[in-house]
Amino acid sequence: MDVLFGNLPEYLTRFGGTIGLFVLSAIASLILGVVLAAMRVSPVPAMRITGTAYVTLLRNTPLTLVLFFFALGFTKLFFYLPFFLLAVIGLSLYTAAFVCEVVRGGISTVSAGQAEAARALGLGFSQTLTVVVLPQAVRSVMPPLTSVQIALLKNTTVAAGFSVFEAGGFYRAVNEQGGSTLVALLWVALGFIVLVIPLTLLQRRLEKRWSVAR
Amino acid sequence: MSAPTAVLFDVPGPKARARNTTAGVITLLVVAALVGVVIWRLAATGQLDARAWEWILYENVQLALLDGLVNTLRAFASGAVLALVLGAALALGRLSDHSWLRSFSTGIVELFRAVPLVVLMFLFYYGMPSVGITVSTYAAVVLGLTLYNGAVLAEVFRAGVLAVPRGQSEAAYALGLRKSGVMRLVLLPQAIRSMLPAIVSQLVVLLKDSALGFLITYPELLFQAQFLGSNATLGSPLIPVAMVVAVIYIALCLVLSALATWLEARTRRNPNVLTVAPTERPDDA
Repeated sequence: MDVLFGNLPEYLTRFGGTIGLFVLSAIASLILGVVLAAMRVSPVPAMRITGTAYVTLLRNTPLTLVLFFFALGFTKLFFYLPFFLLAVIGLSLYTAAFVCEVVRGGISTVSAGQAEAARALGLGFSQTLTVVVLPQAVRSVMPPLTSVQIALLKNTTVAAGFSVFEAGGFYRAVNEQGGSTLVALLWVALGFIVLVIPLTLLQRRLEKRWSVAR
Repeated sequence: MSAPTAVLFDVPGPKARARNTTAGVITLLVVAALVGVVIWRLAATGQLDARAWEWILYENVQLALLDGLVNTLRAFASGAVLALVLGAALALGRLSDHSWLRSFSTGIVELFRAVPLVVLMFLFYYGMPSVGITVSTYAAVVLGLTLYNGAVLAEVFRAGVLAVPRGQSEAAYALGLRKSGVMRLVLLPQAIRSMLPAIVSQLVVLLKDSALGFLITYPELLFQAQFLGSNATLGSPLIPVAMVVAVIYIALCLVLSALATWLEARTRRNPNVLTVAPTERPDDA
């Protein structure tokens, strides 16, 4: 208990950092992921190839390597950016590939008749996608989409290895003051369980409420 | 043009064809610009100079990278075997008729799925010494990989067994088989074939996660990359080394992913294998 209450401000600000990383990366990855999914089903071959190449590449790269590039390589190559922002970029680019696959899976669950009807009404590709298909697709992929975001939440800890201020590094602060690292890490684990549970509950709820009988 | 996407747009007429061509050209230009900027910066900061790539000729460096690769594969192999065993055990627990065993297994699965793998590895490597137990980096990596992926695989196994039609187990019971016999002789052989693609994809995740060993200084590929990359006598070739390591990692994962895709295609072709609705892979990322 001492380990937690002696370092409560540190613990809370670090989890604040985790939540900040998570929220920013979640929003960015959702937007980029949907754009990539749209590219992968578009009538333009160059877009399809770009989207496929991106997803194949990022899905088969360890996240640690992605963050390694951004944390240690980016500043060398381009210009200075704070680690926090670099971590957001790395996490978003990585997670977007998974979001894209989930959304694309959702698009294929929407029955062909919907898209055919939209085309019969004279809608073009972008209208068919944004007005008719995507709104239905997103509903059916809510559970896996939440899973991807839960994974993202847990993946934010990888950034701890690159001196980003977030929960994974809490044990170091405790260690410097001579506290038990084991207890500190157990508190961090508990913190994550507490953060993941509401997301899981949300997932169950969305699954029940939004699943459409087809 | 693949079948499921073609339904989203009409066969393009002359106007749409022109528009699509323009969009295609713009996409190519943007991609080319991005790649160009990266190459330009690589060249401008001297990452493409011969000096920055000299290290690749040194035998010591090659051996160090090979050593890293061996360590990565070693952690992957032990982690994969142990995770499969743990996953099977936990799945059996979750399918058990004894409610205490069921809730115990469910608790374990939920616990290890909710705790980030990095925190698990930190717990073993940095946490255990404060109660007097020293854990090697290798053991910490393998334990972490086993517990996390075992929990995920348990869900995959369970879904696979539950997807076997009820009639199969009912028929087996009617023939007088015991619980273990039903599982071993009837349910598992059918379930494993349909689960195989999902299992292999989870192994890709496990391989990728083995790179997390870097964070607790397990001397795997990425760790060697940083070690070599900060070596001043080699000219600190961090980015060139990282590029080589990235190629190795991506190649390894692509081979495993290709195996998963091949298995999936084979499963779909074979009429004897049940087509399970693609089980949601819980923690793919």
